[in-house]
Amino acid sequence: MPLLTVKDLRTYFHTRNGIYRAVDGVSFHVDRGETLGMVGESGSGKSVTCYSLMGLVPQPPGRIESGTALFDGVDLLHSSPAQSRAIRGKRVAMIFQDPMTSLNPYLRIADQLIEPLLIHEKISKKKALQLGGEALEAVGINDVARRLQQYPHEFSGGMRQRVMIAMALITKPELLIADEPTTALDVTVQAQILELIKEMQRELGMAVIFVTHDLGVISGLCDRVQVMYAGKVVETADTRALFYQPKHPYTRALQRSIPSMQPKGAELYTIPGLPPDLSKPLPGCPFAPRCGFATDRCHVEEARLAEWRPGHDQACLRVQAGEI
Amino acid sequence: MSDAIIELRDVKTHFPIYQGFLLKKPVGMVKAVDGVTLSIQRGEVLGLVGESGCGKSTLARTIMQLVPTTSGMVIIEGRNLTQGTAASLRQTRREMQMVFQDPYASLNPRLTVFATLAEPLIVHKICPADQITARVAMLMELVGLAPRFMQKYPHEFSGGQRQRIAIARALALEPKIIIADEPVSALDVSIQAQILNLLADLRRQMNLSLIFIAHDLSVVKHISDRIAVMYLGKIVELGPAADVIDRPRHPYTQALVSAIPTPNPDVERNRQRIVLAGDPPSPIHPPVGCPFHPRCPHMQEKCKAAVPPLVRIEDGREVACVRIGEI
Ligand SMILES: Nc1ncnc2c1ncn2[C@@H]1O[C@H](COP(=O)(O)OP(=O)(O)O)[C@@H](O)[C@H]1O
Ligand SMILES: Nc1ncnc2c1ncn2[C@@H]1O[C@H](COP(=O)(O)OP(=O)(O)O)[C@@H](O)[C@H]1O
Ligand SMILES: [Mg+2]
Ligand SMILES: [Mg+2]
Repeated sequence: MPLLTVKDLRTYFHTRNGIYRAVDGVSFHVDRGETLGMVGESGSGKSVTCYSLMGLVPQPPGRIESGTALFDGVDLLHSSPAQSRAIRGKRVAMIFQDPMTSLNPYLRIADQLIEPLLIHEKISKKKALQLGGEALEAVGINDVARRLQQYPHEFSGGMRQRVMIAMALITKPELLIADEPTTALDVTVQAQILELIKEMQRELGMAVIFVTHDLGVISGLCDRVQVMYAGKVVETADTRALFYQPKHPYTRALQRSIPSMQPKGAELYTIPGLPPDLSKPLPGCPFAPRCGFATDRCHVEEARLAEWRPGHDQACLRVQAGEI
Repeated sequence: MSDAIIELRDVKTHFPIYQGFLLKKPVGMVKAVDGVTLSIQRGEVLGLVGESGCGKSTLARTIMQLVPTTSGMVIIEGRNLTQGTAASLRQTRREMQMVFQDPYASLNPRLTVFATLAEPLIVHKICPADQITARVAMLMELVGLAPRFMQKYPHEFSGGQRQRIAIARALALEPKIIIADEPVSALDVSIQAQILNLLADLRRQMNLSLIFIAHDLSVVKHISDRIAVMYLGKIVELGPAADVIDRPRHPYTQALVSAIPTPNPDVERNRQRIVLAGDPPSPIHPPVGCPFHPRCPHMQEKCKAAVPPLVRIEDGREVACVRIGEI
C-alpha cells in the first residue's frame, strides 16, 4: 500500500470575482521512500495541492470541496485535530521556497528548531537542544553552538534553507513535501540543497514530494513525475518515460520550449495563448485552447487521466484514441 | 576590435559602506565591479553570468552610467562616458536601454501602454505629434502585441506581455544597445521561450548589441554569441558561448556548469557533480590573490599570491587562472 494516496482532491477559492478551481480532481500516490516530482507552470495548482495536504489552505476563501488523502490509513483531509497533530509536522513535514515562511524572525534558531520536538516527543529541553544541534550539523552548518543562538536574519539565503530543512527533518518524517525549495537560490547553492535532500532521504528512508517548475531538477532527483495543468494532473510516469516518451501534448510542448533541450540558437517552441482562467467553466480538455493537436472533440469532452502503459497515465483524448 | 560599440577598460565601481546610526562613517568598500576590461561588437549578444552578488547588475548600471564609475573607462561608440559632458551622456543614453527582471516594477501602473510608449517619443522628439499613435502601434506590433490593447494598463496584461511592453519601451528610442538584466528569470518556461525568440528576432532585424544577464546558463548559452563569467566583480572566463558552457576552462565556470541540472535523466544520474562548498563570498572582504581560491578544488599556494589576469588561451578564449596549463 502506498504511503500516501490522494483521490479526487478539489480545492476551490471562493472570491468576490468568482470561484477559482485551483485544484480540480487531483489523484496520485506516493510510495514509501520514493520521490515524486510535481511540475507545471505557475498557477497550475502545485502549491495548493501541497497546502491542502498540510491543512494550510486559508479558509475562507479556500475550501476543500472533495477528496481523500490517506496517509498510512488516516485521511488527512477529514481527520480529527488530535489525529492531524500527530501526523502533520511530525510524520509529514513541509519546506517552502521562502524559508521565512517557516522561520520566525523574532525567535532564536534554537527555540524554533526544538519546538516540534517539544510538541511531539516527550523529551527534556536539554535533550531537544542536543538533537537540534545535531540536526544543524546534519544539514552542513558549522559552529553549531553559536549558530543556535542566532536569529534568522544572521543567516544567508542558502543557510536559512538549510535551517528550514533541519527543522522539517528533526522529527524524522516519513514524507517531506518540498515546494520549490531551491527556486530562489543560485545554481551552486541549489546543487548543495538537492544533495542534502537526497542524502537525508537515503538516511531516513523518507518519501519526498518535490515541487518545481524546473525539468532539470526533476530529472536528477525524482523517481516519478506528475505534470499539472490548470488544477489537474495531465500526465504521470516514471521519470525516464516522461522525458523520453512524453505523451501529453502539454508535456511535449514544455520540453520543446526549454533551451537546454533544443539546439543552440534554434527558434524555441512557444505555447500560444495563456493558461485558462480557473474561475470560468472549462468544458473539455483545459489545454485544448492552446494545443496544436486539438480537435472539436477536445473542446467539449472531458479529458480524464487514463493508463497509457502500466505506470504511465496521461489525459489527452487524442492519445487515448490512438490518433497521435 | 574592429567594430566595438562598447569598450570597457579596467572599470571599477566601488560602493562605500557606512556604519553608525546618526554620524555615518565609511568603514569599507564593496568592490562590486573590480577591474573589468571587455569589448562588445555591433550586433553581438554578450551573455553575463555568475552567482548573485557577483556584480552583474552593477556592471550593467555602470555601462548605463547610472552609478558613478570609481575608475577606468566606459567607451560607447568611441565616446568616453566617464569623462564626457552631460550633453554627450544624454545622447549616448538614448542609444542604450535597459530591460529588467520584473516588468511590473519597471512599468508605471498608472500609465496605459500608449502613454508608456508615447512618453519617450515625446520627450526625445522622435516623431511629429500626429505620428505618435502610428509609431506606438508599430512598436507594439514589433514586440508581438496587438495595437488594439493600446489603452490598457499594465495590470491587465500577463507577465510575458508586460515584458513585451518593457521591451517595446526600450526600443522606442531606436537604441543600438540593449542591456537586459534577468529579463526572463521571473517567467514560466513557455513564456520565457516567447521572450527569447523575440529578443533574438529583434537583434537580427535591428542589428542590436545585447548584453543579456541571467542565472540560467542554458538560457544564456542559447541566446549569446559570447559569454563572460563573473566572480566577485571580475571576469574570470570569456569566450564563444557554446565553448564556455560545453568546455569550461576556469575551475569556477566548471563548477557553475556542473551545478546546472540538465533535463535528461540518464545524463543526470551518471554525473559527477562538483559541489562548491559555502555561499558566494562577500565582495566587502574579497580573498587575497585569486578571488575563487577558497572554494577552488585545484587551489595551490601560488593561487594566493596575486590576482590572476585574464589571459588569452586560444582563439577568442580568455581565462583568469594561473593553473590553466596544469588542470
Ligand atoms: N489565497 C488564494 N485566494 C484565491 N486564489 C488563490 C489563493 N491561493 C491560490 N489561489 C489560486 O489557485 C491557483 C493555483 O495556485 P498555486 O497552487 O499557488 O499554483 P502553483 O503553485 O502551481 O504556481 C492560482 O490560479 C491562484 O490564483
Ligand atoms: N548601491 C549599492 N550600494 C552598496 N552596495 C551595492 C550597491 N549596489 C550593489 N551593491 C553590492 O554590490 C555587489 C554586487 O551586486 P550586484 O551587481 O547587484 O550583483 P548581481 O547583479 O550579480 O547579483 C553586492 O554585494 C551588492 O550588495
Ligand atoms: Mg507554488
Ligand atoms: Mg542582479
